[in-house]
Amino acid sequence: MKKILNIDGVTVGIVFLALILVFMLTAPRVFLNFRIYMSFFATVPPPLIIALGITLVAVAGEMDLSFPSTVALSSYIFAYLFENFQLSWLAFVIAILAGATVGFVNGLVITMLGIPSLIATLALLFLWGGFVTIISGGIQLAIPTIYETPIHNFLVGRFEQFFPVQILWAILISIVIWLLLNRHKFGENLLFIGDNSEVAKMMGINVILEKIKLFTLSGILSSVGGVFLTLETTSYFSSQGMGYLLTVIAAVFIGGTSIFGGSGRVIGTVFAVFIVTVIEAGLVASGIQGFWTRFFIGLVFILAVSINTLLENPGKVPLVRFFRAKGFFQTL
Amino acid sequence: MNSIVELKNVSKSYGPVLSLKPINLKIGGNEIVGLIGDNGAGKSTLIKLITGLESPTLGEIFIKGKRIDLNQYSVKISQQLGIETVYQKLSLCEKQPLWRNFFAGRPITNAFGLINVKKQRKITAEIMKSTIGFRSEGINVDTQVSFLSGGERQGVAIGRAMYFESDLIILDEPTVALAISEVEKVLRFVNNIKNKGKSCIFIEHNIHHVHEISDRIIVLDRGELVLNCQKQSIEINDLIQLLKELHFRKKNKTNLHKGI
Ligand SMILES: Nc1ncnc2c1ncn2[C@@H]1O[C@H](COP(=O)(O)OP(=O)(O)O)[C@@H](O)[C@H]1O
Ligand SMILES: [Mg+2]
Repeated sequence: MKKILNIDGVTVGIVFLALILVFMLTAPRVFLNFRIYMSFFATVPPPLIIALGITLVAVAGEMDLSFPSTVALSSYIFAYLFENFQLSWLAFVIAILAGATVGFVNGLVITMLGIPSLIATLALLFLWGGFVTIISGGIQLAIPTIYETPIHNFLVGRFEQFFPVQILWAILISIVIWLLLNRHKFGENLLFIGDNSEVAKMMGINVILEKIKLFTLSGILSSVGGVFLTLETTSYFSSQGMGYLLTVIAAVFIGGTSIFGGSGRVIGTVFAVFIVTVIEAGLVASGIQGFWTRFFIGLVFILAVSINTLLENPGKVPLVRFFRAKGFFQTL
Repeated sequence: MNSIVELKNVSKSYGPVLSLKPINLKIGGNEIVGLIGDNGAGKSTLIKLITGLESPTLGEIFIKGKRIDLNQYSVKISQQLGIETVYQKLSLCEKQPLWRNFFAGRPITNAFGLINVKKQRKITAEIMKSTIGFRSEGINVDTQVSFLSGGERQGVAIGRAMYFESDLIILDEPTVALAISEVEKVLRFVNNIKNKGKSCIFIEHNIHHVHEISDRIIVLDRGELVLNCQKQSIEINDLIQLLKELHFRKKNKTNLHKGI
């Protein structure tokens, strides 16, 4: 039983289905209609693509809080180049190169200055956010004319007028990231680094280089998420990515990726991003006021992380140790 | 005799601390070298220099007669040159399954860097059965290291060193915290290394064990090489006496330091 629950995505998948079932009962008009699911498929891809990068970062025992600013930077570059130079695909490429550069610099700061990534990327969140505001002059951009252009149709168009194709791209990227983590040498290096970076070093893994690559990849994925967001909303504003900060990080750990590093759940992350999105829509559709959303996400967050830690190593939970000392839960 | 490793005036300081004073040392082919010394004597430091984990402050390292470019030297390169190390504890990653730990840092991959999981699992299973002789129920290639006992962990690390064809296997206190029966397994393994025509540096606290299986004995004391001789030329009692004296001298010195 414990074995099955430990498989990537199983626990969160069950929670996700349960949540859908509950909302089908509490808000049948909305949740028994396929439209709500199409709307999820349209809104989930940007945070999902970002969360995939953060999952890898967490596997290596690191954190990247800078992504909202990376999202803003790439969104701005894309929207600016489209509006002023009618660039579309090239704008996409340049926006992603900008994300890669940001990630690369983040990686250098973390590995070369030795500042823990949680703190370093918090500082970099401000730094890059300020940088975007400076280069953009703090303006917003609306690019309605991108609607129905080839790039728009290809990346975020509606198949048969209703199915958002971006969910297919997001799933494709998820598969690639799953392979990268579970079957590729790079992912394995991240697992070893997150598990015990001293051992990883002893085994000949270039920890610094791998971390720089990792943060670069995180920057790339954040910028891809940013461009998808701008394409879907046909607009740019500087705080666009900020709304994802807490939900993306919550999703990564709700998904079952270890908060201690050394193990990661890509499928778990996919379901968890859906969970976070569904909670929001479901509560509102059930007639519960919007501000309850955060409360429930917080609740799910704590429950999920506790369950995941329990599955990973019950001995790490003080409450379990306390009860064990009293003679309970011996088999856990 | 052709030496596998040769150190010329190699020293290492960590900031103001001189952990290893300039040392000259040769490790020959098919030779078991026992390395003894108190805690903090610099044994692990010496090993880290040989394996490329740390670079010396001064001096030159030759491997199989070739001078090593110390700016380029790394664990990877020392592995490629046939040096394998089993560290005191830092050899395995707790949360990873055995099939990953066996190939830590050098998985079997294709041109795209994708790991051949099937092959790694098969080889791991083979080594577990043959080389290490794992019979324990419930341990398989998917078992996480955190579920293994100390002896089993050492077995995995040693089995791994055996698998990657190496000329010199370094064991840094492999028997620490092992039950007696498990210690014997490790000693048998060291003999195995000798029988297979390879060399070994064996760091061990138990002088009887070292004397029993080594061809040559080296003693480090506070970063200084104080003994380097063939086993035949020193009686075990003399060796014990020497170590006692070194220990005593150390105590006296620290006492002097404190003004006692
Ligand atoms: N990374 C390091 N930084 C500072 N001092 C170190 C470091 N590694 C070892 N030392 C010092 O070098 C000396 C030798 O340590 P070590 O080689 O680990 O000894 P041994 O393995 O013989 O017990 C000790 O005094 C230790 O404190
Ligand atoms: Mg040591």
